[in-house]
Amino acid sequence: MTPIIVTDAATNCADWRLQIEPLNEHEEAAIAAEIHHYPQPQAATIEALKIVQQQQGWVSDGKLKAIAQRLQMSPDEVDSVATFYNKIYRQPVGRTVISLCDSVSCWIMGYQGLAQALTKEFNTALGETTPDGALTLLPTPCLGACDQAPVAMVGDQLVHQLTPASLIQLAREQSS
Amino acid sequence: MSDNQTMNQRINQPLSQHIKADGSVTSLAEYQSNYGYQGLAKALSMSPGEVVDWVKNANLRGRGGAGFSAGLKWSFVPPLEKLPGQRYVICNADEMEPGTFKDRWLMEHDPHQLIEGLAIAAYAVQADTAFIFLRADYDLCAERLQHAIDEAQAAGLLGEQLNEAGFSLTMLLHTSAGRYICGEETALINSLEGKRAHPRFKPPFPQVSGLFGRPTVVNNTETLCNLPHILYHGIDWFANLGLGDDNGTKIYGVSGRVNNPGCWELPIGTKVADIIALAGGMQDGVKLRGFLPGGGSTDFLTHEHLDLAMDYGTIQHAGSRMGTGTMVLLDDQTCVVGMVLNLIQFFAQESCGWCTPCRNGLPFIRQILTDLEAGRGQHEDLEHLLQLCGYIGIGNTFCALAPGAAEPLQSALKYFREDFVAHIEQGCCPHGNSPTADTGLDKEAML
Repeated sequence: MTPIIVTDAATNCADWRLQIEPLNEHEEAAIAAEIHHYPQPQAATIEALKIVQQQQGWVSDGKLKAIAQRLQMSPDEVDSVATFYNKIYRQPVGRTVISLCDSVSCWIMGYQGLAQALTKEFNTALGETTPDGALTLLPTPCLGACDQAPVAMVGDQLVHQLTPASLIQLAREQSS
Repeated sequence: MSDNQTMNQRINQPLSQHIKADGSVTSLAEYQSNYGYQGLAKALSMSPGEVVDWVKNANLRGRGGAGFSAGLKWSFVPPLEKLPGQRYVICNADEMEPGTFKDRWLMEHDPHQLIEGLAIAAYAVQADTAFIFLRADYDLCAERLQHAIDEAQAAGLLGEQLNEAGFSLTMLLHTSAGRYICGEETALINSLEGKRAHPRFKPPFPQVSGLFGRPTVVNNTETLCNLPHILYHGIDWFANLGLGDDNGTKIYGVSGRVNNPGCWELPIGTKVADIIALAGGMQDGVKLRGFLPGGGSTDFLTHEHLDLAMDYGTIQHAGSRMGTGTMVLLDDQTCVVGMVLNLIQFFAQESCGWCTPCRNGLPFIRQILTDLEAGRGQHEDLEHLLQLCGYIGIGNTFCALAPGAAEPLQSALKYFREDFVAHIEQGCCPHGNSPTADTGLDKEAML
């Protein structure tokens, strides 16, 4: 007979609490302000994840656990939310994220040529980060600028009417 | 242009009257100099029930795609006497329908118009808290909306004691973290509660039990932007703006291989051909073959439909939907199979995974289309695709994502079947497309 392993919830709890990367002062204040908007602290989960990501570029396990503690949730619950949303990064990204719109209008107007040129230039596939840690290249669904297609976001800037040459130029400026 | 003509034009294009060609934002002072916030003042002088009736009688239909009467939607919220306590209104600014860029245009240029409209909606249903659920990536909108909310707050247009009855309103901007499904109103509510954005079972409808279990109304950005003008100018004025059965104006857009892609505010019911003409016609060397009338989840229409009026009833009668009113044009140099594969790839990726037909059906369709585009298809695949469109259709899924995804596919098989057959018979894409051309990697293998 297989032995039944009894886990003590309280002990497990104590374990994950040891791996917490504490929230810094800014994160703590910004998350507290968001919690204030809602009747339940859990409602601030997405904001909390975005606040941490803004500080360190991505959401590490340690910070995710700190958010869980602050919002009175289990780390798995927070992670189930974090992994649902494509703009929450659960692994490190480059200093600049290039999000190339791959939806229908941009596809008609030359997305594939842009993607080929960009991945070849930096020898990095979409979904990956360049070895020097400068750029992460991501495909992204419709950016809502279809009249200026093809478009991309370089960091938080929308760039439009791209050609392979203009996109590579913009990307190079970020990687140098 | 004389002053009279200017005024005339302004009244015919109420939503875009402040939009400037240089892309700059309308300040509170500019907005207020031209009856800005007077629609809200008028609403606040009426009873909430009168405002609901006013908008119901104006027959303002939801501009997010479904076309449901906004006033009727509000009227399902139980009266405060029967159900006291917290209630919410939410602006659905999660614009992410492929080919759609109208709400961005409204929010970036004239954020106060949305704020005033949302405040009117909040008053009508007696909500003291309003959220703007803004999609991720709309960074400029976020900056300008937050600034405008702060301006309105400082000017006493939002906040405590807005009328003699003591109506108060807090307005909050929530920026999302991605995912198309957040545009579905119950998924949006889950997302605002900090959860995964799965749709909820209806009933109960959000008007009875929505955000945090409280009565909640969710309206699209463009819908809300109509409210200040309907309150200020009146119902007859609004009814006279439309050309056919529907009232008001519509922000129409055109993208694809045209000379002058963009969006324009026109009388609702403007002819398809007239809208495409505003886009400057097709680029040199390409011919129009068809169009998606209102975003990626609407059925293709073709040449025979160019003279139709772009309104809810006419486009529906033709077998499609007006949807968001922003058209994507298909030209003769673009591969139909590739375009439909691109759309299905979007919907398969954006499925929230909650129900089986959508979660499993869309990747299955994507695989068949990938094979067809690569020249590996067979004739029986086409019947199989139609059968799958039925399996993921209305009634079989939790929300409208998968039925919407089926629309461009089923209509492409109806109008452009010869293109699918050519792929099978030639054993390759006649346009020379490769479904994996973007990364050199097979998407299916990556997922």
